[in-house]
Amino acid sequence: MVERGAEPAISATLRRGLVAARALTTPLMPDAYLQLLNPKWATTELRGVIEQIRPETHDSATIVIRPNLAWPGHRAGQYLRLGVEIDGIRYWRAFTLTSDPDHPRGVIAVTVKQVDGGLMSTYLLTKAGPGTPLFLGEVQGEFGIETAPSRPLLMISAGSGVTPMFALLRQLDQRGWLTDVRHLFCVRTPADVIFGRELEQLAARVPGYRLDLWYSASKGRFSPDQLDELCPDWRARQTYLSGPADMIDSFKQHWDDAGLLEQFELERFQPRAGADIEPGRGGTVRLRVSDTVVECDGSTPILQAGEDAGMSLRHGCRMGICHTCIGRLAAGSVRDLVTGQTTSEVGEMVRICVSCPEGHADIEL
Amino acid sequence: MKLTEQTKTANPIDRLSAEQIEAIGNEFQAIHDEIFASLGEHDARYIRGIIEFQRRLAALSRLVLMASRYKPAWLLGTAGLSLAKILENMEIGHNVMHGQWDWMNDPDIHSSTWDWDTASPAAAWKHSHNYVHHTFTNVIGKDHDVGYEIMRIDPRQKWEPAYLAQPIYNLLLMALFEWGVAVHDLDFKAIRSGSKPRSQAWSELKAIGVKARRQIIKDYLAFPALSGSEWRKTLAANVIANLVRNVWSNAIIFCGHFPDQAYTFTEAEIEDETRGHWYLRQLLGAANIEGSSTFHLLSGNLSFQVEHHLYPDLPSSRYQEIAPKVREICERYQLPYNTGPFGKQWRSVQRTILRLAFPGGIERPKADPYVAPPIDEAAAAAELDIAPGVPAFP
Repeated sequence: MVERGAEPAISATLRRGLVAARALTTPLMPDAYLQLLNPKWATTELRGVIEQIRPETHDSATIVIRPNLAWPGHRAGQYLRLGVEIDGIRYWRAFTLTSDPDHPRGVIAVTVKQVDGGLMSTYLLTKAGPGTPLFLGEVQGEFGIETAPSRPLLMISAGSGVTPMFALLRQLDQRGWLTDVRHLFCVRTPADVIFGRELEQLAARVPGYRLDLWYSASKGRFSPDQLDELCPDWRARQTYLSGPADMIDSFKQHWDDAGLLEQFELERFQPRAGADIEPGRGGTVRLRVSDTVVECDGSTPILQAGEDAGMSLRHGCRMGICHTCIGRLAAGSVRDLVTGQTTSEVGEMVRICVSCPEGHADIEL
Repeated sequence: MKLTEQTKTANPIDRLSAEQIEAIGNEFQAIHDEIFASLGEHDARYIRGIIEFQRRLAALSRLVLMASRYKPAWLLGTAGLSLAKILENMEIGHNVMHGQWDWMNDPDIHSSTWDWDTASPAAAWKHSHNYVHHTFTNVIGKDHDVGYEIMRIDPRQKWEPAYLAQPIYNLLLMALFEWGVAVHDLDFKAIRSGSKPRSQAWSELKAIGVKARRQIIKDYLAFPALSGSEWRKTLAANVIANLVRNVWSNAIIFCGHFPDQAYTFTEAEIEDETRGHWYLRQLLGAANIEGSSTFHLLSGNLSFQVEHHLYPDLPSSRYQEIAPKVREICERYQLPYNTGPFGKQWRSVQRTILRLAFPGGIERPKADPYVAPPIDEAAAAAELDIAPGVPAFP
């Protein structure tokens, strides 16, 4: 299995027509021929082209994308798996959607910050331009505010972690829920503030929103110790946090120590196996096709354990998204290292990059 | 399959030391790694160009055949469809399903998703071909492609009276090759002996049925029906296109392993086989066909059968570039490089099939160690004009 774009929503009539036309195009789908007439007529996966690249800071930009078919929609705070072809090879990464879900022209946008040595962010910011084709994957992420907040809000963001906050703030503003929101935004220098102008304008226009910028280049890294000083009533607020992994870990610990974890929502951008769950029992797994047995402790994914044992296993994202590495569970049970759930459903397809055996498991791989 | 007592020609591997075999293995692996690291945009454009050309040709030929009542339209449409089917099966389907283009990470040009325009279901073919044939290449009793279980193509296969009819099987297999390939993976011997469970055989047979039904509806019902009252002419065109493709792919594939030069191996010879030995078996067990670049394209670059067997996962478009590197290794280690013109290779295969229908038969002479031809100044100068790497297409 190779990762591919999301299945576009097309009318049932068209879908039926395409299935019927397959009698003439088998083993291919009619798409294969329709695309020769117009590349936009791809109904098997959602695609798009870059319409505009708007610089935000010296190393970040908002990329406006026009989908080839109707955009299935997203919620503020979610992210999109974006596929790009670089030197003949397709790569996938996740980026926060920063466009208005109800954009009148049907376009979407992601905001990208250049990562040192990052293949895709570098390509998008330096090589891509209007007209560059993209593949639009699944919209994912549970981060969001769907009902009117029952208590005041505290938003903590660092660096490009501001992107989901920006999407949430726009939604809060549109719905009139921006009544008491504190936003602590940590960046290196004033030149690194993504969406700085928009956020300042929002703060000037809406009294219920207060923005505090923390420049780590002069003041050092923002840590939970500064909370009491910067936002003394943090315990009374529902908190949303988005930033690098080590920052998330320290703040999460702080809320945990205060016994306030249910008031704490975090966005890791990408699920990290084992980060938010207790380790399991671990165990052994037998890979049936090659007939090899490997041992995993309670937090090591089967893929990792297999590779450590010298095997070459097919894989993609290594974080449970792309399904490249899946194998069929033939016996025993495995634990999902992202959700912590255990399954022993024989026949279930298991993503070995985020699964760990509980006891012994047999996987057809 | 039992082997007769006949002794065989000394295998060139036998006179190599273990160190030499290991060194050869490393050299072959280095070529693989070098080519694999250089794959990129250029190669992606090549396969997409071929696929697009093939689809346009197929669609256009089908359109022209709507007017199959007119003789020129019938001829043009039939020729175009035959060519499209050959390209689809050989240069595209076979190679994509080998995983040669998996590195692109394109879900539409990937071994896990591709299915081809022939009766054989993708999964069954990938098992019998990619796994069984490419792993146990030319090992008598292990590689079911040696004689396809119905023919005796090596004198060491024990003769049975049934082989008397093999010249007829041969003709039938030529004409019905896609159906032969479709049922190949069922492995009738394994079903008869009970080593393959009935339930598995049944589910495989059902998969063949589903695929075959779709192919038959498309070629023999739907498209003829679209031609209205002249449906017979379109039906005939589709039958001929499939026949042309069958005969052509059969010829290319038979020339890959059955010419006189190719070596076969015994199960004992591959016990504890090292990587170097595996590479040498691929080198000796396959044979190339010489020809023009159009010929190579139409053969799916299986005219570079030697290179294909050494590197089944490298894009076929790179075999031409790899060939001189392989020949250079052959020359240095005094190994043969099996190759010959199409007519000669094909005739030697047909001769073997006819001769070995009868008892006895001796192993045919093998090729001498490869020696590079003396450098022709004019040809060398012309060679310089050819850009290395991927051939331009179309």
